[in-house]
Amino acid sequence: MRPLFYLATFMAVMGLAFWAYHENYATQAALKDVSRLQAEIADLREALAVQRAEWAYLNRPDRLRELAAINFDRLGLLALEPGQFGDAAQVAYPAAALPEISQPVDVIGQQQESTP
Amino acid sequence: MIRIPLRPLARILSARAAGDNPDRIEHENRVLRNDALRDRARARAEGRLLMLGLAFVLAFGAIGVRMAVLAGTDPVEPQAAASGAAILAQRADITDRNGRLMATNLLTNALYAQPKDMVDPARAAAALATIFPDLDASDLERRFTDGRSFLWLRRVMSPEQVQAVHDIGDPGLLFGPREMRLYPNGHLAAHVLGGASFGAEGVHSAEVIGTAGVEKALDARLRDPGQVGTPLALSLDLTVQAATEEVLAAGMKMMNAKAATAVLMDVHNGEVLALVSLPDFDPNDRPLPLASGDAADSPLFNRAVQGVYELGSTFKIFAVSQAMELGLVTPESMVDAKAPMYWGKFKISEFENHNYGPLLSVTDVIVKSSNIGAAHIAMMIGGLRQQAFLKSLGLFDATPVELIEAPGARPIVPANWSEIVTITAAYGHGVAASPLHLAAAYGAIANGGLAVPPTLLRRTSPPAALRVMSEQTARAAVAMLRGVVTRGTASLGEVPGYAVAGKTGTADKPKPTGGYYPDKVVNTFASMFPANDPRYVLVVTLDEPAETSGPKPRRTAGWTAVPVGAEIIRRTAPLLGLRPAVEVGAADGITTVSN
Repeated sequence: MRPLFYLATFMAVMGLAFWAYHENYATQAALKDVSRLQAEIADLREALAVQRAEWAYLNRPDRLRELAAINFDRLGLLALEPGQFGDAAQVAYPAAALPEISQPVDVIGQQQESTP
Repeated sequence: MIRIPLRPLARILSARAAGDNPDRIEHENRVLRNDALRDRARARAEGRLLMLGLAFVLAFGAIGVRMAVLAGTDPVEPQAAASGAAILAQRADITDRNGRLMATNLLTNALYAQPKDMVDPARAAAALATIFPDLDASDLERRFTDGRSFLWLRRVMSPEQVQAVHDIGDPGLLFGPREMRLYPNGHLAAHVLGGASFGAEGVHSAEVIGTAGVEKALDARLRDPGQVGTPLALSLDLTVQAATEEVLAAGMKMMNAKAATAVLMDVHNGEVLALVSLPDFDPNDRPLPLASGDAADSPLFNRAVQGVYELGSTFKIFAVSQAMELGLVTPESMVDAKAPMYWGKFKISEFENHNYGPLLSVTDVIVKSSNIGAAHIAMMIGGLRQQAFLKSLGLFDATPVELIEAPGARPIVPANWSEIVTITAAYGHGVAASPLHLAAAYGAIANGGLAVPPTLLRRTSPPAALRVMSEQTARAAVAMLRGVVTRGTASLGEVPGYAVAGKTGTADKPKPTGGYYPDKVVNTFASMFPANDPRYVLVVTLDEPAETSGPKPRRTAGWTAVPVGAEIIRRTAPLLGLRPAVEVGAADGITTVSN
């Protein structure tokens, strides 16, 4: 009985040692991963700042005004005018749907008859 | 548990037989039992004390061990901690009121050289001179070889230039990371933003400090690490600012003016929506201040805030509204307006020597812009009360806007407020203030008599307002100003649908040597719209304009500043979401007919 007990204890110690070794490396890998991700986040944030600046630069009013002038024949954009304010009453109601045609009249036949 | 009987029968019987007292046996046994009980209790108490002591030792031992561990380990950043919003920028962004970017940071590199590490200084110098045309190859080579160990070459570079310098491949050329301030909108709102430059510079980083405008006035807020992630929201509206600048630049050109300003302010909360001063500059490439001459000739000069001019007839409404507030006159009262007026050795006359007299109603004093009528009204008020009123409108102190230039731009007020000053101040001479002062003062009239301090930051809550006149007075003053546009000097200021009310002002420019130029004027149009419920105040100032469409140049504000102001209102009012108060015509091409 006693040798069996010793063997079991030894196996348990070896198993735990292997688990601890494994966990150590898993932790280190996770930490490395985290620092890589943090560097990536920092890079992306920087890229975001650059793109935000670029967006603002490309959408600066001077440039948009020039583009609107260059593409006037295509877009026809003009500055906002007081006359462009409208009323809800000016919007037309949608046209009522046409009733369904249930008894079609043969118009073609009549035309043919009238033109010999 | 076996209890020993106190009176064991065997001993009692034998004691009785011997003639002893059996109670002695009972006493003896009782003593023995009590001793045993006492010993047991003591042992238990001792055990408990021991346990308690052990617990304390363990607790203090754990603390001691933890302290020793903390003291004995090197501090390291916790790697596994989740990162929040990491601080990347060292300076907060600036946005307009709608969150559109006005100033941000960009990462770039500075270039420096350590000539001791250089492999081939001559080749490096030649290559650098081709990348940066402003550097001179022979001069660079001399500096690389004269024995110094360190020199700065560029403060900021574009990514392409960084790559080109990399391609030279000289180990003595090194890069230092830099954060540079970028103003993506270029010239727009240049005077408000100001500019930024580098403070203390090191190889690994450099401070970015504001040099003018909001950047300098709020430098501490922009650099505060706790608020670096939240952009600073200005009260300006980028679209309105751009439209105002466009119209004003065109107007300045058409009216042959030297300079121009426009201030558009929300009267209810004092937010400045547009603040333009032309000529302007690019804050990304801020020009150097003038070494000599008049600072006002530099494009850096913010005329809207720093330019204190005599604003002329625009001041008349202050005298008239104060007289109404004091109950001295009503809009229909008649006042003496017989021109010219003599006061001591001074002669006061009307524009182009008109004579609106002998009597003129108070409304017509404003509508026709009568100097003499305003002078008589001011004399009714008296100098002390006039001073107090102008002070309550903020015309004696620097404006409280968040610009570093603002506190230095104090209005010019005569030290001795004599009676002639009372008279001239009534029509805006002898007292000089900036267009922003005028906008704030007109804002008080437009806001029903409540003066609100102007600001360049977006306000989330209404500010504390000071009542300077009653609501009725303010309404009467606005009605008079409306009359100026409908039938007075500012008739070109009518914008269909927006009921503009305003006052023109034409002031001669003072010579630096004393006296006034005969043909140089500052024209001002201070206006508010819509007149039935004023929401915005616009002040347009043109410096030395001349309208040349007629046979001789016209220099009155009604011909120069007013049409420019009207066009600004026509363009910006729709952008501000104001509906015109006119009937919109029928859609094109639809005509109602019948047969």
